[in-house]
Amino acid sequence: MQVYEAPLRDMRFVLHELHGLDRITALPAYAEATPDVVDGVLDEAARLTKEVILPLNAPGDLEGCRLENGVVRTPEGFREAYAVFRDGGWPSLAGDPAFGGQGLPECVNKLVEEMICAANLSFSLYPGLTHGAAKALEVHGSPELKARFLRNMTEGTWAGAMALTEAHCGTDLGLMRTRAVPDDAGAYRLSGSKIFISAGEHDLTENIVHLVLARLPDAPPGIKGISMFLVPKLIPGEDGRPGRRNGVICTGLEHKMGLKASATCQITYEDAVGWLVGAPHKGMQAMFTMMNEERLGVGIQGLGVASAAYQSAAAYAKERLQGRALSGAKRPDLAADPIIVHPDVRRMLMTMRVNAEACRAVGIWVAQAVDLSKHAGTPAERKEAEDFTALMTPVVKALFTDLGYEMASLGVQVYGGHGYIRDHGVEQFVRDARIAMLYEGTNGIQALDLVGRKMPAHMGRLLRPFFHPIAAFIETRKGDAALGPLVLALERAFGMLQLATGQIATAGLKDAEEAGAAATDYLRLMGLVAMSYMLTRSAEIAQEKLAAGDDADGFYAAKLASARFFTDRVLPQATALFLAIKSGKASTMAMPEAAF
Amino acid sequence: MKILVPVKRVVDYNVKIRVKPDGSGVDLANVKMAMNPFDEIAVEEALRQKEAGAATEVVVVSVGPAQAVETLRTGLAMGADRGIHVKVDGTVEPLAVAKILAGVCRAEEPGLVIMGKQAIDDDCNQTGQMLAALMGWGQGTFASKLVLGAAEAQVTREVDGGSQTVALALPAVVTTDLRLNEPRYASLPNIMKAKKKPVDVKEPGDFGVDVAPRLKVLKTVEPPARQGGAKVGSVGELVGKLRETGVIR
Ligand SMILES: Cc1cc2nc3c(=O)[nH]c(=O)nc-3n(C[C@H](O)[C@H](O)[C@H](O)COP(=O)(O)OP(=O)(O)OC[C@H]3O[C@@H](n4cnc5c(N)ncnc54)[C@H](O)[C@@H]3O)c2cc1C
Ligand SMILES: Cc1cc2nc3c(=O)[nH]c(=O)nc-3n(C[C@H](O)[C@H](O)[C@H](O)COP(=O)(O)OP(=O)(O)OC[C@H]3O[C@@H](n4cnc5c(N)ncnc54)[C@H](O)[C@@H]3O)c2cc1C
Repeated sequence: MQVYEAPLRDMRFVLHELHGLDRITALPAYAEATPDVVDGVLDEAARLTKEVILPLNAPGDLEGCRLENGVVRTPEGFREAYAVFRDGGWPSLAGDPAFGGQGLPECVNKLVEEMICAANLSFSLYPGLTHGAAKALEVHGSPELKARFLRNMTEGTWAGAMALTEAHCGTDLGLMRTRAVPDDAGAYRLSGSKIFISAGEHDLTENIVHLVLARLPDAPPGIKGISMFLVPKLIPGEDGRPGRRNGVICTGLEHKMGLKASATCQITYEDAVGWLVGAPHKGMQAMFTMMNEERLGVGIQGLGVASAAYQSAAAYAKERLQGRALSGAKRPDLAADPIIVHPDVRRMLMTMRVNAEACRAVGIWVAQAVDLSKHAGTPAERKEAEDFTALMTPVVKALFTDLGYEMASLGVQVYGGHGYIRDHGVEQFVRDARIAMLYEGTNGIQALDLVGRKMPAHMGRLLRPFFHPIAAFIETRKGDAALGPLVLALERAFGMLQLATGQIATAGLKDAEEAGAAATDYLRLMGLVAMSYMLTRSAEIAQEKLAAGDDADGFYAAKLASARFFTDRVLPQATALFLAIKSGKASTMAMPEAAF
Repeated sequence: MKILVPVKRVVDYNVKIRVKPDGSGVDLANVKMAMNPFDEIAVEEALRQKEAGAATEVVVVSVGPAQAVETLRTGLAMGADRGIHVKVDGTVEPLAVAKILAGVCRAEEPGLVIMGKQAIDDDCNQTGQMLAALMGWGQGTFASKLVLGAAEAQVTREVDGGSQTVALALPAVVTTDLRLNEPRYASLPNIMKAKKKPVDVKEPGDFGVDVAPRLKVLKTVEPPARQGGAKVGSVGELVGKLRETGVIR
């Protein structure tokens, strides 16, 4: 059976102690988010995810979604759970108060999202897509469209879907064929077929609002000729209620590796009525502003699964009796020792644990920057936070989802053969986690975004809000005796990151393939440095608390142990990545194509 | 009508409690605390009565240490209108709580008190009954159904061997059983509003109550570990075993 308790203690640590929630509540827009309110929100979210959403995870995986006469049925219990979730106001947690949102900061929202993703990744997609579509509408929609759709979407009464992908166009959206022609009423008629559309059709809400990418008749070819349209499943009438059925037809469901309770739909638009969102031919820009936050959200999916996989594995390792400890029996009263005594099992559990902790700390760091980028006091502060978010978005997306999958697989390993069979529910984590490395831009594309777009932008300006604080931290902590080894290792990895950055910037300028060949390794290297920085700072706080004798529940001692393990056993990967990057593209590209 | 709901801060029902090594009680250091589950049912019932138009205000009251405010906030986040915190550190026995609540009742003059039948920490199952007696009000304990009128409440009670329905003149005290309702999850807007709802702070002295314990705890011990079971082949063997172990004579 899958177990999951939201790691509230660590979440509070990251939010309050590591990143200082007070920086966010000091902003007038978030004055409501006082620590007691935030703690109340996290507590109730933990209860809700554990009691309502988690119990549907394994059954939903087994049952999957069904298409019956054009209608998609979600697995048993999903409708009821979604109703509880919606009635509780959870979809609108970080939504705009002008449209019925609660206006809480993104750094709180991301923690709640982590809980939902850990409890049930499939479930998380329905509110997740709605959130994304609402966001795009909020930023780019006309006042009339917002007035007609945004409140219902913010509150989760209507769901959202994002329709980009077609059979022949996934990464390369310039190949898109879906067309939109103006009608005489100021709207458009859309025709074309999309595939892989998450939540394109389902039975959780009374209406579904699609944001569809398509070409206008006068569109320039390629990626510069894409526009965004709002296409509702049911067209709202004068009274604002869902009315006439639009030409939005679900023609099939994809059969997939995991994420089975999330409806992945083939959708045909047949002369469907839609309205332009943003300017003509500027659909990609509109999609991208929204995509940043969505990509952070997908990163959180990886973190959620890693955290859930860790909890199950840790519980199992304390129960499963196999073999004796190498240092002599620990439980002579039992037939064998629990497997947690074995160093190799410890290696797996520690790896899972510290990766989850470090990702959580990095994730909230970035989420706070999202909040600051919107509401910080001065334009300069907002700009810097925006730079940082732009830089870190591909890192969070690709790093967290790669790790989500790797940690889910380690979880299976801890369970031995019992992890591979269905009964314990941990093989589901592997199958579910796998998708997050692919959608919202494959992780390879994230790495290209980092080295090709973010790194060179404005002569490297985006790197500054990442590099400068780390350099300053290292400089001021170098002499610290207790923290020393952690800082030293961070300094070494950071030095390699700086060298790799320089190499890619120079070589990439002459030959873009050099940057392309280094991209994925570079992203991971940057991720390791970010994680090391977060855990070293956490260790510093932990040491202060320990020195003050303030560690009744053992949390700070554990935090210190996490930081040390990461530094000793995970961070050395930075050296390997650095050497790989340094070797350049030659051996990667040398094999003749015919030899494959 | 005003409904008063006393709520108690107790060890969370998920927590596996441990007895302190010196046997002086249960170890509460760093243990997760929560609202007594029967009290959650009481808050839920009061809110449902209000939503149905049978009541106009729901007031939650907690007798306990500073952190009892968190329990009040839980009730406020569920939808209660305001809170009263009677601040006391250390043990407060059922009689003292009942006396304090009687004082609150005199000041607030509620039409009905709904409270848990017992708290899951000490399982006393006394406070509601004592409060009714102190106030001279009727009591409907172990309620599984409540129909609230303007001057009368019909309470269906869970009793040995079935259920019993009593009619109580108001004001009265009702204590809740598990099957009365299923408490709601606090909604996000209500969690955020809870902080702004008023909480009055009082002390036992305000009601002239002396909370000094009248009971002495001699020792707290873990329940004995379960002995392994055994399979028996026949009824005769079973009866023999029960005799042997002194369960029957
Ligand atoms: C379960 C599921 C849900 C989905 N939900 C949605 C949704 O809601 N809405 C939606 O619109 N889409 C959705 N998708 C589609 C998803 O976003 C695409 O699958 C993804 O963008 C990749 O496109 P593709 O599958 O066509 O792969 P391809 O683009 O064919 O990529 C194949 C491989 O080539 C690499 N590659 C391609 N181009 C380049 C390049 N220029 N440089 C380097 N490497 C490259 C990729 O990284 C990848 O490894 C979903 C997909 C799945 C499986
Ligand atoms: C699909 C499938 C097919 C199979 N086919 C067969 C078959 O044909 N015949 C057959 O006999 N069996 C078969 N098995 C069983 C398989 O060989 C066992 O699952 C495997 O040996 C692991 O044992 P376990 O599952 O009990 O895991 P456990 O032994 O409980 O191991 C759990 C974890 O603890 C670790 N661990 C355990 N002991 C130690 C130690 N002393 N030191 C360090 N780490 C330790 C393990 O590495 C693992 O990570 C099959 C299993 C599956 C899932």
